[in-house]
Amino acid sequence: MILSALIFILVAGGMLAWMANRWYPGSAKWVALATVGIELVLTIWLWLQFASAMALPAHGGWFAETRAEWIPRFGVSFHLAMDETSLILVMLTAFLGMVSVACSWTEIQERAGFFYFNLLWTLAGAIGVFLALDLFLFFFFWELMLVPMYFLIAIWGHENRRYASIKFFIFAEGSGLFMLVAILALVFVHYRSTGVLTFDYFELLNTAMSPSTGLWIMLGFFIAFAVKTPIVPLHVWLPDAHTEAPTAGSVILAGVLLKTGAYGLLRFVVPLFPDAALQFAPVAIALGATGVLYGAFLAFAQTDLKRLVAYTSVSHLGFVVLGIFAWNPWSLGGAVMQMIAHGISTGALFVIAGILQDRTHTRDMRRFEGLWSVMPRLAAMGLFFAIATLGLPGMGNFVGEFLILMGLYRVNSVLASVAAVAFVASVVYALALVQKTFHGENKHDWQLPDLSGREMATLYSMAAITLWLGLYPQPVLDAAPDIASRPPAIAVADREGNAE
Amino acid sequence: MLSLLWLIPTLPLAGFLVLALGGKYLGHRSIAVIGTSSTALSALIAILIGMDFIAAPPPGFVFRQEAWSWIAVAGFSPGIGFYLDALSLVMVLVVTLISFLIHLYSTEFMSGDEDYARFFAYMNLFVGSMCILILADNLLFLYLGWEGVGLCSYLLIGFWYRDPANGRAARKAFIVTRIGDTAMAIGLFLLFTHLGTLDIQPLMQCAGQQWPEGEGLAILTAALLLAGAAGKSAQLPLQTWLPDAMAGPTPVSALMHAATMVTAGVYLIARTHVLFTLAPVVQHAVAVIGALTLLLAGFSALVQTDIKRVLAYSTISQIGYMFLALGVGAWSAAIFHLVTHAFFKALLFLSAGVVIMSLHEEHNIFRMGALRKKLPIVFWTFLIGSASLAALPLVTAGFYSKDLILWRAWSSAGGNPWLWAAGWGGAILTGLYIFRVVFLVFFGEARTAMPPGTARPGLRITLPLIVLAAFSLVGGWIETPPFLGNLTLFSSFVQHALPPAQAVHGEKNDETILELLAIAASLGGIALAYLLFLRYPAFLQGMMLIPAFARIREFWQSGWGFDRFYEFLFVRPYLWLAHADRRDVIDNIYKMALSCMLRWLQKVDPHDVINTIYNGLAGLCLFLHRALSATQSGQVRRYAAAIATGSIGILFIGIFA
Amino acid sequence: MRTVEAIAAIPMHHGLVLAAILFALGMIGILARRNLVFILMSIEIMLNAAGLAFVVAGARWEQADGQVMLIFILAVAAAEVSVGLALLLLLYRRFQTLDADAVSKMRG
Repeated sequence: MILSALIFILVAGGMLAWMANRWYPGSAKWVALATVGIELVLTIWLWLQFASAMALPAHGGWFAETRAEWIPRFGVSFHLAMDETSLILVMLTAFLGMVSVACSWTEIQERAGFFYFNLLWTLAGAIGVFLALDLFLFFFFWELMLVPMYFLIAIWGHENRRYASIKFFIFAEGSGLFMLVAILALVFVHYRSTGVLTFDYFELLNTAMSPSTGLWIMLGFFIAFAVKTPIVPLHVWLPDAHTEAPTAGSVILAGVLLKTGAYGLLRFVVPLFPDAALQFAPVAIALGATGVLYGAFLAFAQTDLKRLVAYTSVSHLGFVVLGIFAWNPWSLGGAVMQMIAHGISTGALFVIAGILQDRTHTRDMRRFEGLWSVMPRLAAMGLFFAIATLGLPGMGNFVGEFLILMGLYRVNSVLASVAAVAFVASVVYALALVQKTFHGENKHDWQLPDLSGREMATLYSMAAITLWLGLYPQPVLDAAPDIASRPPAIAVADREGNAE
Repeated sequence: MLSLLWLIPTLPLAGFLVLALGGKYLGHRSIAVIGTSSTALSALIAILIGMDFIAAPPPGFVFRQEAWSWIAVAGFSPGIGFYLDALSLVMVLVVTLISFLIHLYSTEFMSGDEDYARFFAYMNLFVGSMCILILADNLLFLYLGWEGVGLCSYLLIGFWYRDPANGRAARKAFIVTRIGDTAMAIGLFLLFTHLGTLDIQPLMQCAGQQWPEGEGLAILTAALLLAGAAGKSAQLPLQTWLPDAMAGPTPVSALMHAATMVTAGVYLIARTHVLFTLAPVVQHAVAVIGALTLLLAGFSALVQTDIKRVLAYSTISQIGYMFLALGVGAWSAAIFHLVTHAFFKALLFLSAGVVIMSLHEEHNIFRMGALRKKLPIVFWTFLIGSASLAALPLVTAGFYSKDLILWRAWSSAGGNPWLWAAGWGGAILTGLYIFRVVFLVFFGEARTAMPPGTARPGLRITLPLIVLAAFSLVGGWIETPPFLGNLTLFSSFVQHALPPAQAVHGEKNDETILELLAIAASLGGIALAYLLFLRYPAFLQGMMLIPAFARIREFWQSGWGFDRFYEFLFVRPYLWLAHADRRDVIDNIYKMALSCMLRWLQKVDPHDVINTIYNGLAGLCLFLHRALSATQSGQVRRYAAAIATGSIGILFIGIFA
Repeated sequence: MRTVEAIAAIPMHHGLVLAAILFALGMIGILARRNLVFILMSIEIMLNAAGLAFVVAGARWEQADGQVMLIFILAVAAAEVSVGLALLLLLYRRFQTLDADAVSKMRG
């Protein structure tokens, strides 16, 4: 019940916000805030509940489940379930929902009702994606998440919004098509072997299929998730969409939507096609490592602040891909950690970029310079999150990246070492950001107000979470999928294997 | 008492939090009090703990304290935990004590700065991170401190952010050290993958048991850790960042880039000495790197004109000595030199800071002179520091530590005459370059008039100078060579954590002969400096007229061209590629794909048949578009008619077909 | 019983032809008239024609479904008329005419 409530609160809140703004202009943001607030409280409550329930092993990892018939003829059911991974991602979504409402507070003046409607529906779609355990339902939420996002970019975006939104939509829908075909193929393969027509995750888990079929179907899923994650040759929609979206849109895109792709890899690609994924893993890891380095490299080249941050996402999500395909307890813990930490730190950087754009009407870093003396608080936060992004120990991103690479090292030491070069590349772009934006002399004579109370509350809470993730990451690490962990004694065997 | 260990890093970190969050609302006075008292308290606690530790040693000379479990994933469980043994105790004492003195100094030195709170916040953060680095009981937590001090180094070098040059120096420092750090991180992956833990002590035991000497993995790990240490400690080939790091405020240079942070690499190698013992090749490389670095940096220091750059190169060179000692297995000698170096180098920097301040930001030693009378206290403290650095026999701390290193470089199992000769040559250079500064700055004639009304440094500046000067003199009397009392207080204490060095080459008599040679070297260097820079300055000026010498001078001054080399090899290509690929090649591929395909078709088919087809297709599309849109008359009746016609048509087909 | 027999006596094709004629009339009304009120009325006629066809078919197979459908159609017709009249009023207010051809904003 509670799981459906998580989704329907947002759906209803979205419609309410739209209507409320007609009756009382300006009320939409309050409705939206209340909605995401309720959502956040609810998820925290769930978390506390389940933290105590964790002690009971009988759950088998799934805390809550909702199952109802939907289209019984085709074996489609309304099946939601929550384990720790989805719970933590839902929490992230709710929190970033709060952040995105807060950062749109004054930015969005036109058609505010429709804006918050789209925002909340995107969030509803994302939460649905994190909870759905029926492939048809999953696809439904996947699409539900995209369309409002398209509107967010196309209506409230910046100069080049048409191009960016259409590109986003084409990539998203095109890749969605691959997934749809793959889902149907999987269902039919299952039907042929068992005679049961079902879209249910658990029933499809152990579908018998020939290796080549498995590989092809897996590739369909992989492409869809690779576009969303993004994995390198398919990332090109991301910089445009992130750059042109309004602040809230960028926050949601980077913080939540990218995670749906990674979540898909984690939840569907590897568990549904273990053999094919294993076979494919070297390619995926190579792509992930390429993404890590290429994103970091291109981030450095940018002059547009939001574009820079967008490319850092490519790099960070590359780590997540590495972690997922290395598939051992360390790398998976790191991958989940990286998803959460990236959501917070990159979200915060987009909030900062949004604040700057709101005040200066530009995102071009060549026109900033020397903002430290103008807005010391904002600059300090910018520095903080730039440092978090470059993976300084003590902040969440480090825990993620370190664990991922440590896990990956066991699988592929060469690529792990190559990907580790990103530690240096990330310093280069993060410090370039700080230098170009905040340091130096205030040559352009900016006179800008420093952070307001609302902005400070947003950024300080994000900073606190980043530190908390870095110093006490255990709750998030425990949320990683629990695979049969190899004992560290395996190291001996590895060593003997390597010694040859 | 020992249970207060966690407070040592926590107090400065708390100071950082208070200053970072509330610095805006605090006055100068309270900022200074908070910033200094936090380090003072942690120094006090360190001293109390040290006394306790010596008076009533914990079992096994080791004390361990875990605050909480940091990460726990499938057997990987580094904690936020502290580990105190003889080695870390020595380090933490030195660090907190010097930090406190430098904080005290800074309260006056930085008093005119608008960002007073930010300065002390960063400094406190540094002290906290450094203590974490020293006290960490696992390598991951050590890495946290390691990166933390790197960050503080970046922040403080670029403290005066308005000048882009400072920012550049700061970024250079962070990036270059980060290269080493990355290697170190890979080393950590390797260690965990093969030994299953990162807790330092179990790790060392495990390595000793599992890996035979000369094992490939041990060599690889040791090499990776060495890269990390070389980055942090500014050794070849990653030494280029340290001279530029002098862009920061002088107390920063004294604290981080001389006394404490840059010696972290030495500490790391000493801490993980088991790995290096298992990898003799790498250990030998440590010695060679140390020897090369100390010579190269010594020559560079000889020709610098900026007083702080002289000291920076001197720091690189002295750390080279420590590496040399580590490389020959003289662990405690390295740490001993680390300690004495911390005192006298901090002293030199702080004195130089006063000189620079009283001449209104004049850094060039050739525009100073005759400051002996005007700044008497500083003259004496700088002189003591220089003497200690040049290892003036008997009375200075530097003498005892450096000579110990030279003796070990000759006599240890890993030592050989070549290493000794490098160190010996370095000793001459050291005396030469530092007394060059002394003679140019404090003797001769005044080349820049000290602006009238310049205040004499106050008590908060002179007190740290005097204390450090005292340490620079007497600090060496805890470890003396055999013919001077043969005290081994230091090495026998540190032996609880580090294995003793064994002399395998050389007899008892050799030691005395070598000592005498070393004394001759340091005195010779000083004498040479006197002749060249005070007595017959015209000689050198004449030499510089010869182009070859001038070119060598320039070459040394630029740090042996490393900067230019790296710029050419790495920086430029990266920048160029980044600029070229700003628009993202992959995106362009997508964009170009379609138009390229069309263009290719045109090329393949010069008669444009296909193009005509395309044009025809386009025309057809346009025609159909027009025709269809004409049907959209907007008149409901027509639509209804169309529906009716269509339905009838379908019915007709259905019935009759 | 008598009514059933009486109804059964009517040949089915009579009823269907009547329904077809009514339907055609309605359709001609829609196509020929320009006044929206008449168009609505014609639609009603067409709906009723369909209803009649259902009833006839229901009678033929002696099933109640046909009558159920008729009631269903009546309900739909009522809803349709209410919506249609509301639209018609709005159109009249906007264009001051009831001419269907005048409302051609959707021209392609």
